Amino acid sequence: MFAISLYIAIFALSICLIMVAIRFAIGPSLPDRVTSFDLFVANMIGIIAIFTELTGNEDFIDVASILSLFGFLGSISFAYYLMKSIR
Amino acid sequence: MESLIDALLWREIISSVFILAGSGFMLIARIGLLRLPDFYIRMSAITKGGTMGLGLILTGMAIYFNQPDMLVKVAVIICFSFITAPVAGHVIARTAVHLKIPFWKRTDLREFGTYMDECKDCENLSDEEKKPDPGI
Repeated sequence: MFAISLYIAIFALSICLIMVAIRFAIGPSLPDRVTSFDLFVANMIGIIAIFTELTGNEDFIDVASILSLFGFLGSISFAYYLMKSIR
Repeated sequence: MESLIDALLWREIISSVFILAGSGFMLIARIGLLRLPDFYIRMSAITKGGTMGLGLILTGMAIYFNQPDMLVKVAVIICFSFITAPVAGHVIARTAVHLKIPFWKRTDLREFGTYMDECKDCENLSDEEKKPDPGI
């Protein structure tokens, strides 16, 4: 029962990934795509957390912490260089 | 022995409830990402729902493992995402305002127009200040 609920959660997060990919494809402007890139990272952190719980291997949570750092850096650097390109 | 098995069962139940609630929050946020009409309204849906869902999922995982080092790592990730997600959303929305991404046609922009006039003055000031130091 526990594994089934985890599979349901992973399925829901996969649907979330597909939705974010659709927004990444049809996004009418560049900040939409930057936001979608940020959301990819958030979704992957969630999937990694559920996968850690499913397998019982505690090493994967380090991957999630590093990924949260890099997602923030990616979106901030995109915003910074967009602001520089305006001026 | 029986109490130990019971504790594991309760941990699994609470953890799965947290994780299913977090996935529901993320799913609702992503539906908002697809359905809402404007970039700024979409940002408002995403930064709240996605951060809340991620926090709930990580809390459920920390409850399931029930160990101190796991709890510290999960607390670090939750603190970091709760601090950085609003900052990133604010910076990207500000960039979008400066890029002149169009608003939704029913948005009330009367007060925002005066803000943009003040903002143009601020930009001119910052440009004048930034020109003498090209070394950075």
